[in-house]
Amino acid sequence: MVPDDPASPILTVSGLLKTFPSPAGRETALNGISFDLAPGSVTGLIGPDGAGKTTLMRLLAGLFIPDSGSIAVMGHDPASDPLSVQGTIGYMPQKFGLYEDLTVQENLDLYADLHSLPSEGRRLRYASLLSMTGLGPFTGRLAGNLSGGMKQKLGLACTLVHRPPLLLLDEPTVGVDPVSRRELWAILKQLVADEGSTLFVSTAYLDEAERCDKILILYNGEILGSGPPEMFRREVSGRSFRATSPGQSLRALEPQFYRLPGIVDSVLQGNTLRLVSESTAPPDPPPGAGQIQLEPVPARFEDAFMVRVLERASGIDRSRETPTLYDSAPRNGNREGETAISVHDLTKRFGAFIAVDRVAFSVLRGEVFGLLGANGAGKTTTFRMLAGLLPPDEGVLTLDGMDMRRSPAYARQRLGYMAQKFSLYTHLTVRQNLVFYSSAYGLSGVRQKERVQRVARAFDLESFFETQSGLLPQGFRQRLALAAALMHEPPILLLDEPTSGMDPLARREFWRVIDSLAVLGVTVMVTTHFMEEAEYCDRLVILDRGRILAVGNPAEIKARVAGPDLPNPTLEDAFVTLLSGAAAPAGSAR
Amino acid sequence: MRRPAFPGLRPGFKGRVWALIVKESRQIFRDPSSLAIAFALPFVLLLIFGYGISLDARHVPIAVVQDARTPASEGLVAGLRNSPWLTPRPYPDIHSAVEALKLARVDGILWLREDFGRQVLSFRNAPVHVVVDGVDANTARLVEGYLDQVWETWLAQRNQRGRDLSIVPVDLEARLWFNPDNRSRDFLIPGLIAVIMTLIGALLTALIVAREWERGTMEALFVTPASILEILVGKFVPYFVLGMGGMGITVVMATALFRIPLRGSIPVLTLTSALFLSAALGMGLLISTLAKNQFVAGQIAIIVTFLPAFILSGFIFDIQSMPAPIRMLTHIVPARYFVSILQTVFLAGDIPSVIVPNAVALALFALFFLAIVLAISHKRLE
Amino acid sequence: MNRIKRILRLAQKEFLTLLADRKSRMTVIVPPLIQLLVFSFAATFELNNIPYAVWNEDPGLHSRQLLARFSGSPNFHLVGTVRHEEEVAPLIDSRTVLLVLHVPRDFSRDLLLHRPATVQAIVDGRESNTAMILLGYVRTIVMDYGAGYLSDSGSTPPLAPIVLRAWYNPNLKSRWFIVPGLVGVITLVISLLVTALSVSREREEGTFDQLLVTPLEPFDILMGKIIPGFVIGILEATVIVLFATLVFHVPLRGSLAALYLGLFLFILSGLGVGLMISSVVTTQQQGLLGAFLFMVPAIILSGFATPIQNMPKIIQDLTLLDPLRYVLVILRQVFLKGAGVGDLWSQYGPLALIGSVTMVLAALFFRRRLG
Repeated sequence: MVPDDPASPILTVSGLLKTFPSPAGRETALNGISFDLAPGSVTGLIGPDGAGKTTLMRLLAGLFIPDSGSIAVMGHDPASDPLSVQGTIGYMPQKFGLYEDLTVQENLDLYADLHSLPSEGRRLRYASLLSMTGLGPFTGRLAGNLSGGMKQKLGLACTLVHRPPLLLLDEPTVGVDPVSRRELWAILKQLVADEGSTLFVSTAYLDEAERCDKILILYNGEILGSGPPEMFRREVSGRSFRATSPGQSLRALEPQFYRLPGIVDSVLQGNTLRLVSESTAPPDPPPGAGQIQLEPVPARFEDAFMVRVLERASGIDRSRETPTLYDSAPRNGNREGETAISVHDLTKRFGAFIAVDRVAFSVLRGEVFGLLGANGAGKTTTFRMLAGLLPPDEGVLTLDGMDMRRSPAYARQRLGYMAQKFSLYTHLTVRQNLVFYSSAYGLSGVRQKERVQRVARAFDLESFFETQSGLLPQGFRQRLALAAALMHEPPILLLDEPTSGMDPLARREFWRVIDSLAVLGVTVMVTTHFMEEAEYCDRLVILDRGRILAVGNPAEIKARVAGPDLPNPTLEDAFVTLLSGAAAPAGSAR
Repeated sequence: MRRPAFPGLRPGFKGRVWALIVKESRQIFRDPSSLAIAFALPFVLLLIFGYGISLDARHVPIAVVQDARTPASEGLVAGLRNSPWLTPRPYPDIHSAVEALKLARVDGILWLREDFGRQVLSFRNAPVHVVVDGVDANTARLVEGYLDQVWETWLAQRNQRGRDLSIVPVDLEARLWFNPDNRSRDFLIPGLIAVIMTLIGALLTALIVAREWERGTMEALFVTPASILEILVGKFVPYFVLGMGGMGITVVMATALFRIPLRGSIPVLTLTSALFLSAALGMGLLISTLAKNQFVAGQIAIIVTFLPAFILSGFIFDIQSMPAPIRMLTHIVPARYFVSILQTVFLAGDIPSVIVPNAVALALFALFFLAIVLAISHKRLE
Repeated sequence: MNRIKRILRLAQKEFLTLLADRKSRMTVIVPPLIQLLVFSFAATFELNNIPYAVWNEDPGLHSRQLLARFSGSPNFHLVGTVRHEEEVAPLIDSRTVLLVLHVPRDFSRDLLLHRPATVQAIVDGRESNTAMILLGYVRTIVMDYGAGYLSDSGSTPPLAPIVLRAWYNPNLKSRWFIVPGLVGVITLVISLLVTALSVSREREEGTFDQLLVTPLEPFDILMGKIIPGFVIGILEATVIVLFATLVFHVPLRGSLAALYLGLFLFILSGLGVGLMISSVVTTQQQGLLGAFLFMVPAIILSGFATPIQNMPKIIQDLTLLDPLRYVLVILRQVFLKGAGVGDLWSQYGPLALIGSVTMVLAALFFRRRLG
């Protein structure tokens, strides 16, 4: 598909510099980057939040003016001639502005009119777009009544209405569940195959990189590497290993592995540990780790990404111990058999719609338990009921052996809750937030002072004590949110998509803290859209349309879908297969 | 680097503008809240204000204390009773009347001293004591005027019956033009229309455009061939039509429900309303271009358009009587000019010497605001 | 004890969030100040510099004496003279003048012959209130002149002269009426804004959920919201009271206890309404709209600018629900009439009733929203 004529790129960027005013002078968003796109290719722009992805996309679309450097989009400069660029390309912003009170058809018509599409060509174009996106049956529906995934598809269709030869997509899959994400990618692939379009797609999901012809890694406004995914994988091939210890989870040992010399990256995967080494020689397990088996595994793009990023991110102190956050371990870490959360026949209706339908599961003390599901599967509703934010219609909910409904104050005292969105008082300082939340949980006097000091030290927040929490850097905000949830040493932690928008390094750091808590005996319940994070869980449930579709540890769930054509399924494969299996009952041709 | 905001009418201009207008109109009809702001709000506001605001004191309770009943004092009290504005309430003595005044049960006291009748008969000084409650200065002044009139009438009647007394050397003959019944509603309601139209024009557009920013639809629109002029025209036209509809409702209510005469002509009313609405929409567009957030835009719209239209437009408080700095300030309130036009068109008729200068001011405001909006809006997110 | 501590912490946090954020600090401070300044300076029913023209057909001395009284008055400002009747209409139509004083040809002669002489005042009636006040001024000058003429010429003074006196506000300054009223209006705006937006802001920022997962009871959270509203409301009211007495020299004749008891009950009802709005709406914008929709009729129908007794009966009944109505009476009675607590029970009663009903309703709505 990739035409081998690099001499005439469809888009050229050179020496692009963009700064924004900030309280401390000017902040550099893009620091002199250069690249070009070959016609008919799919290029992925990969980087964590805040890397400069959206800034770059907006510069290309003529919505920002660069400080210096040049851009040529099909021969036009978007800074001096925005209308020519905007009349040609397709651009889908991250928050694509669908008019929610217009129907699918009316949204399409609007964009067709704005692009002065002749009426004779429209019917064919609409037909092909609607069939491609599967929106055909819903043309009369208001855009606001579509599901999240369908909205993204409609946004894509609106962007494609004038057959743009170049398509800029800014994080089209953010907040979209894995099933819809796969469907969107299928549409994009088809588009390249049918129309020869050139795609430039930004994403924060590292696993999506593998779907691109070429990858640009953007980190802190700089390009850390570009090339096809194989190139990145080749760089680290033979350096990835899986460590297994029969019969036990390696959660407690992960920090020791991470601090081994020669280890670049270590991540939990179910009971096993995935390691990336500096060389192809297998690393030695840490002393006293017991019986550890190491086996080489194929390299992933993510490994190369971590290697590149870690080279840049200097100043990471690996010797630093993960801090102890609790004065005393909850119930002395007796992990066996004790139930921390038990849910029985949990049901919630909104009018005629049953959001959660007789859900039952139980979580053991010290377990990391994941709650997964597509958008609208009932995850959030279940989670809110667990947190006591929503009363269940039926069923019993027990936290630490106490009925949530009968003694809510007791249950709340034993809960730590971290919401999906940063939800502390942005205008209060870090200290004011910590003091307020700790007093809300009844801490006062010397004890309160001690806790605030200790937690702040553990999360490295002391230097930001008097900073307004809204002005904290992203990673520190998440730390503060977790810190606030931990002030009263809750034995149960509820985390709702805690790492969304976090940079992969910060994410690893965050999970190390969670792991250390779990080792202490804290029960952690978590929801996530990142499938790799689902791998960190001891056990998980997958919800679908309010019911439990599968429950078990990651290995068990993967095993359920393993078959001849999918011998080594990833958790995402399992998720998608299970969900589509549920959508089309067994036996039906699909 | 920046190109002029006004790139001329490019090919396809009409088609794109029409598409934007159709889109906006569909949204208006599907969003009950904008229809409510445009049609229900003027209706309700005009009802509340129309009935709630009245400066006409009618049936003001006046305590009457007659130390001794005489034909002379009875004649004065009868005059009081015949006044449409005053209602006499007898009190046995001055102390109870004062108490009633203190508790605001009555707004004034008419005290006829014991020797009133005798002194009148003997053509000597007869003390008629009047006390008004000065707390509400405006009402107090009106009450004073009414009591004065009653007294003069009574005096004149006695003069006719009696001999030539040459008592009142100078008589005042008042002629009120345009509003002979002197109903405050007749001048308040035209002013209210201006206030309500400000609210609709500025608040509605400010909220609507800010909503596009908030929902991200503006960014998507920007990356289409639609120019900024086309986007603005596409916003302006539907809300202009909607605003004129709201205007129509208020005018019909004013004439049909409140019986305000419309002495001027419909075309003049329509034309000047169009000018005012353009200025108000211009302000709304400007506010939302600067604020880009519905909450802030709404607050600014209320503070910089609604409050001044209410207080500084001369619709209820006389501009001439304000301190000089505030009088200057009123010149930058478009509602001031529209209030003047409306009061004239409704009560006096098409009087060019009032309408032309005010209409020119409105046109300048409209041009000014729209030009600024065009100049500062550009298809950039910075 | 611990619970009180928690509530105080909540209140403290509420204060900090209100005052730390520039935007909300603005909402609390700027609009009231603007309202105070603009209203108190602009909102006056006094007339100054009334433009008028003179149409004098009397060659005599007396007309000139009468007209000199007009040109000497600060209320009137002479802009022109008229010679013919047809010149009158354009002047009034175009609003160049509000008044044309017409002195007929035989004015001086009538006076000399001891016949009642007539002066004609032609007034622009488009603004009826202005017209009435203006006529009052004209009448005063004309009568003064008449009385002066009588005593100068040695004629009998009129029998039964009227002695007019305005109590409580002898110079009939409308500012004395408006400014104490502003204390009520601005306090209402503040207490509504502070509460109507606070819960929805927490909801929008997600902090509300974070608050609800703590062991705090809904009652504690409500109290945490009420206390800052109270303190801010009382503070702003005090500032305006000081402003009224020190800057505008409005006399404060009654007891402070009576004043603050009224403000206390009034703020209670304002906060109650605000919290009711707050517990019903989901976004700050809806909160703003809700507050606005309550505020506008509450102010218009309170008797702040126009007397309640001028309204139709049905609307007068409606005003009984308006807390502002009662506090305005309290403020004006205390300021100008020197009322004490004992004089005002008829106002405190309804205010207390409205306050407790809205508070109870707010608490109920709040609880229901939390499930």
